[in-house]
Amino acid sequence: MKYALFTGCVAKGAGRELLTATMKALAKLGIEAEEMKDAACCGAGVVQEDSHTMAAVLNARTYALAEERGQDIMNICTTCQGVHRQTQRELDDNPAFKALVNKELDATCGRRYEGKVKIRHFYEVLLQEFGIEKLKEKVVRPLTGVKVAPFYGCYAVRPPAEVSDCSDPDDPDELETLIRALGAEPVSYDERLKCCGFPVLMMNKDNSMKMSANAVAGAQKAGADAMVTPCPLCHLNMDAYQPEFGAVMDEEPHLPVLHFPQLVALALGVPGKELGLDKHIVRMEGTIASM
Amino acid sequence: MTATNVTFKVFRFDPEKDTEGRYQDYTLAVAPGETILNCVNRIKWEQDQTLAHRFSCGSAICGSCAMKINGHATLVCKTQAMDKVKDGVIRIDPIGNLKPLRDLVVDLTPFWKSFEKVEPWLAPDAHSAPEKERLQTPEQFAKIDNSTTCIMCAACFSDCNVLEVDKRYYGPATLAKAHRFIFDSRDARTEARLRKVTEETGVWDCTHCGECSTRCPTETKPLARINEIRQAAMKAGMHDTSGARHVLGFRETVGKRGLLDENYVPIRSVGFFNLAGLLSLAPVGLRMLARGKNPPFIPHSIEKAGEVRAIFAKREELNK
Ligand code: SF4
Ligand code: SF4
Repeated sequence: MKYALFTGCVAKGAGRELLTATMKALAKLGIEAEEMKDAACCGAGVVQEDSHTMAAVLNARTYALAEERGQDIMNICTTCQGVHRQTQRELDDNPAFKALVNKELDATCGRRYEGKVKIRHFYEVLLQEFGIEKLKEKVVRPLTGVKVAPFYGCYAVRPPAEVSDCSDPDDPDELETLIRALGAEPVSYDERLKCCGFPVLMMNKDNSMKMSANAVAGAQKAGADAMVTPCPLCHLNMDAYQPEFGAVMDEEPHLPVLHFPQLVALALGVPGKELGLDKHIVRMEGTIASM
Repeated sequence: MTATNVTFKVFRFDPEKDTEGRYQDYTLAVAPGETILNCVNRIKWEQDQTLAHRFSCGSAICGSCAMKINGHATLVCKTQAMDKVKDGVIRIDPIGNLKPLRDLVVDLTPFWKSFEKVEPWLAPDAHSAPEKERLQTPEQFAKIDNSTTCIMCAACFSDCNVLEVDKRYYGPATLAKAHRFIFDSRDARTEARLRKVTEETGVWDCTHCGECSTRCPTETKPLARINEIRQAAMKAGMHDTSGARHVLGFRETVGKRGLLDENYVPIRSVGFFNLAGLLSLAPVGLRMLARGKNPPFIPHSIEKAGEVRAIFAKREELNK
């Protein structure tokens, strides 16, 4: 089945290397996906602060578009995925709300959300649909010896009833399982489930920087060669702002941060230079850099 | 149904002897269905009377027994031990963001103090005193039904990611308490209350980490309440904060072209005339430009963006 690829705003803006890497990884895996060029921003929890109902209409429109094409949605951003799951669960669990949202969707766009579409993040598609064994077969360049610190992003785990599909949201191992399948070694550290602080970057930069700096420092202390995250917002905060962490921390940490699909594509044999690794503010060194 | 041997790794701290905390292991035969509170009580009563912990009702009503189980705050009277065993072990710590006084007992003063900021009592209009009590319809009460269920257990305060880096932050339970009065049909200070919690260190400083709603043992679910306060502030036209301007930035870009404009929103959030704020954006902008990572200068638009404009055009109506 072909997936409806929901890119999210970052993969079309400040994190275009995420979209490039995703397309390369999907091609190697033989997973077909078509970019949803007519889907709107998920609202990122912010449009929801303007109007919770309006944001639901906006997202129900996205689901209706995928349903019209008979496709399931694939996200490549943990925030988009979490917001989508939260909205879809509310629509599916609350018939009165669904009726209200569909009424508005019909009035404004002439569309309707039925409740058929499945919505998954790229990494959930790999685990739940593609299959971990099949993924291992596709690995041609195992990332042996590379220590990777997974950073989940809040919307993958909290609040679990609303956003999460992890088997144990308080102690998930989905990303660790995938990292192992790619031949690399997952690193455990205290901050792996914390908030990166990106949502308050514009309201309280100091707090935001401290949250990201703590996470990067934690991963570095645990001996990671790189961090990996399925959320491009976490990536932005931990990579693009890393040179400013010295302002909130005595010892400025230094650690490259990868988008999850970049790590997958590397293990599938895509050359590093085709994955936009040079676009990151903190560049790779060592094994991965030479791939 | 047989009991299982479980090791409890318990945080110990004696202010008269220790400079920092340590862990002590206790082994108990745990019965199926036994609560962690019962286990901690048995450790104290049967094995080590020096262990200090707080509890009272044992029925998730008093809010005294919050502890961190395997790193996450919870009411231990509401949590079954066998659900939390990892490799034969359960780790117990005092709740976070507060100073341990002894073992699992923390100094709750900062938590109680934070409520003073929101004047947690009803302030009805003194000039319209009714003859009997002030009535509420079920619909009016429904708005505060969730936020009135808070039992002040501080589980949310313990795990809040913002409080970890900023002790000045109002905190989830306090904002939920503010909600309880902002949305109370009998209260006459709605606008002043809204203004207060939208100031610095208030609702707009919440980073949506979701810890509070995850740990909350009641229906208070602070994050959802914080979002209701934010929506109320937007509706009331309180737009003079970076948080509100951030929302407007989304309205003005997503609402027009369907996609966020990453060049516009940061500038909108710090404020068009805030020179220092604008300059603080420059370094990251230049770093990204140097890597060819800057968002496109001509913002993208989705196909069929007219539909999105139609949805946003109905916002006022949907807000009702
Ligand atoms: S969602 Fe907000 S209030 Fe709740 S724990 Fe996170 S930062 Fe604190
Ligand atoms: S909001 Fe929930 S977690 Fe926080 S103090 Fe109240 S009951 Fe406890």
